[in-house]
Amino acid sequence: MRQNTAASHPSFLMTNTPPPSSGAAPTDATTSHPGALAALAAAEVPATHPDRWAGELAALNTRLRDGETIFGWLEIDLSPALRFVPGLIVLTDRRLLARGADDTGPTNADGWSEWPLTADLSLVRHDHAGVGALTLYGASGMLTRWRYTLVCDLAAGRLIEQFDRRRTALASGRQPAPQEQSLCPLCDTVLQPGQDECPNCNREIHAPPSTWTLFRLWRFAHPYRGRLLMGFLLMLASTAATLVPPYLTMPLMDEVLIPFQNGAPIDTHKVYLLLGGLFAAALVAWSLGWAKTYILALVSERIGADLRTTTYQHLQTLSLEYFGGKRTGDLITRIGSESDRICVFLSLHLLDFATDVLMIAMTAAILISINPWLALVTLAPLPFIAWLIHVVRDKLRYGFEQIDRVWAEVTSVLADTIPGIRVVKAFAQEKREVERFRDANARNLAVNDRVNKIWSLFTPTVTLMTEIGLLIVWAFGIWQVSQNSITVGVLSAFLAYIGRFYTRLDSMSRIVSVTQKAAAGAKRIFDVLDHVSSVPETTNPVPLPQPFAGNISVRKVGFRYGNRTVLRDVDLDIHAGEMIGLVGHSGSGKSTLVNLICRFYDVSEGSIRIDGVDLRSLSVADYRRNIGLVLQEPFLFFGTIADNIAYGKPDASRAEIIAAARAAHAHEFILRLPHGYDSLVGERGQALSGGERQRISIARALLINPRILILDEATSSVDTETELEIQGALENLIRGRTTIAIAHRLSTLRRADRLVVLDRGRIVEEGPHDDLIAREGAYFRLYEAQTKQLEEQIAEAGWTITTERTPAAPR
Amino acid sequence: MSHLPSDIPFNLHRDALGQLVFTDRDGNQHAGVVPVRAFPITAPGASVSIVSVDGGELAWIEDPQTLDDSLRALIDEELASREFIPEIRRVKSVSSFATPSTWTLETDRGETCLVLRSEDDIRRLTPPALLIADAHGIHFLIRDRTALDAHSRKLLDRFL
Repeated sequence: MRQNTAASHPSFLMTNTPPPSSGAAPTDATTSHPGALAALAAAEVPATHPDRWAGELAALNTRLRDGETIFGWLEIDLSPALRFVPGLIVLTDRRLLARGADDTGPTNADGWSEWPLTADLSLVRHDHAGVGALTLYGASGMLTRWRYTLVCDLAAGRLIEQFDRRRTALASGRQPAPQEQSLCPLCDTVLQPGQDECPNCNREIHAPPSTWTLFRLWRFAHPYRGRLLMGFLLMLASTAATLVPPYLTMPLMDEVLIPFQNGAPIDTHKVYLLLGGLFAAALVAWSLGWAKTYILALVSERIGADLRTTTYQHLQTLSLEYFGGKRTGDLITRIGSESDRICVFLSLHLLDFATDVLMIAMTAAILISINPWLALVTLAPLPFIAWLIHVVRDKLRYGFEQIDRVWAEVTSVLADTIPGIRVVKAFAQEKREVERFRDANARNLAVNDRVNKIWSLFTPTVTLMTEIGLLIVWAFGIWQVSQNSITVGVLSAFLAYIGRFYTRLDSMSRIVSVTQKAAAGAKRIFDVLDHVSSVPETTNPVPLPQPFAGNISVRKVGFRYGNRTVLRDVDLDIHAGEMIGLVGHSGSGKSTLVNLICRFYDVSEGSIRIDGVDLRSLSVADYRRNIGLVLQEPFLFFGTIADNIAYGKPDASRAEIIAAARAAHAHEFILRLPHGYDSLVGERGQALSGGERQRISIARALLINPRILILDEATSSVDTETELEIQGALENLIRGRTTIAIAHRLSTLRRADRLVVLDRGRIVEEGPHDDLIAREGAYFRLYEAQTKQLEEQIAEAGWTITTERTPAAPR
Repeated sequence: MSHLPSDIPFNLHRDALGQLVFTDRDGNQHAGVVPVRAFPITAPGASVSIVSVDGGELAWIEDPQTLDDSLRALIDEELASREFIPEIRRVKSVSSFATPSTWTLETDRGETCLVLRSEDDIRRLTPPALLIADAHGIHFLIRDRTALDAHSRKLLDRFL
């Protein structure tokens, strides 16, 4: 290695021949003192240190000689045999070193494998099925290959970059210009070298939501805190009012009934007073209870409604990636029934529970004030019951969560098969689908059975506790009465209180299950709410450049879907007003590229700039307002044709709608419909033909007058004749806009200024049709294949003609 | 053609760049070919296809067991370095029962962690097998969840 360095830098020999006094770094002339190289390394090396390897790195650092400086490292986590073994690759300005992960290279005395940097080395990465490979090639072939999971992929990319910089520096003797500082696309924080994710924006993605999910509902209760407070005060008052009657049984017993049994006459005045008190207490309790229930139910309904809307609103901001991974049935359940369950919980169960707690606290206070000893005995079973509730709560919670998931599964079967009913019937798989439903239902049953086993035991146990508690109070009370410690009135008051008291405990125990159900529901709703959109809206968006031209520049874009790399190193410039045709086999990444440009997904690597501004720093809604999208399967919402055309611009005037429809060649067929523009189109616009629906969707795109237009196989699902009709409409649409068109039929792209040929996630060719044909490359082959197919079809048609002509030939 | 195991009409070798090179019956060479299993999960031992760089199938091997030892070794070696579906042997702990949750695992490829983004990432294969996709795109396999130890089963159950 040393020789190599010396060979490329003659100055090395000269400066190093005298014994080096300071260990100066002799890599080149411009940075001939160690401080400069170290400062450079400090600026470029990742800021975070690999904890696991801190010791080894420090040891390595002390052994570096002659100012050799570390310029980067990569922690890898797989061995060549794909076992989870940690390893480290270190790059210095002269060597590449590695250890751990069963290295195969030559190992030096310190346990590092090392490869001197030379001009003919190259470092290349690729990945497959979630495993990345980093290969070091020398002049004679592969030197070594490291494996890592995709966690390390970005870091690997950076190591390669730095590796190339170091190699350039070694070869040219000059340090390359410092790297650009990267900014977080969302909040403009300066990212440290080696940081892939912004620490501000990416904090909570892997943090699990708190268990106290229900308390998070406070966010929704907050706007109603005034009414909540009033409801709470009413609850206090009404509960107090319900506790008056048992208290009055004490004087009724001791001062009226027992003296009468002992021969004293009944004090009618006192009886009227006490009975009047009982009646008044009942009336007050009734009116207060009514007001309390009404106010709190009102509030909880509103909380539920807000929760539902907020969840739906949040759902709308989530990326297509989220919807791709979720089942429709499951999402419908979450927003519909889960929020309803929470609402019922708040307005009914939680309210009851709070009343119960209040009542127990007040009762306990009253009982203690009457007779502490008897109160103690009465309250003794309480902790035991509380413990019982606690034990069962845990068991039931998982059960209820499972029930929810299984229930979503049942719904999913429905959501799957009902839209696909034609396929089910066509393949006569009704029985199999019924079987699938039965299975899902059986799982539902099994989970319910398991929960019910615990649940059914629980309620009777609480009732038993109640009876036993009453028994104890009776026994202790009778003994106390016999000791003349308490009066019969006190005992009867106690029994009246704890009659209520224990029945409340019983109903309180029910709160366990409903709370768990509501908590499970809340968790599932907050799962949606907590889901950070993978296409996050930036906090301080850059305003759209005005006037907005529609220049698109795609720079080194990579995109990975799950563990499949769909796009890699795509570079593409599209000028304002230009029409680009994207061509390639299916699966070559055409639609993905378009989805990235629409920002339905965010790029995994690289950037897309619109008029020079990073797509991620624009406001998503503002940006999309400038995009017109025409899809292969136009989706029409339920409503009138006019509504559908004006979907992107609801305040469009009738004249605008008609103008758009005319330009889209849709006006005439719309007028032929019985209700004209007011005709209703069904869920998927079933009353219209494919071509008609497509023209409506073109009118929809025309109406918003977008700068950027995307045609994703806009004419693929219609026949050639309809395609010609649509072509006319499209030509109006394309005029003067930046257009990206994807088409299978190459003939539809004849108006494109430039064709871009994609193959397995890379751009393989780019240029106008004639150039590409002249080049006889990938496009030429695609074109050949299609013309050949066309010729075959013609030949097939021609074959019948020739057979007819055959008899004429001899003539 | 190549399903005739007795007379394999192709050859494979590894070049200096570490790539597999496929030579067909007519002596045409394709560098950088990859062996691909047709059913990596349900039938890992059977049917391997040799696929060229541009995705075209070069040879179909119905049963790799019938191949020459040297050929099979090359294919197995290449598959071993590409196929990555760690099989979960034991779930040691999970960070929480709510997702996203980090699981500490013992797999047939050593100890590791996975981040489960949501319960939906647990895919039910033909029972009792499960396939778990972690946040970084690695798929973990549980061949038989009933065969796991009680602790793992209990943890796993909370997510099913």
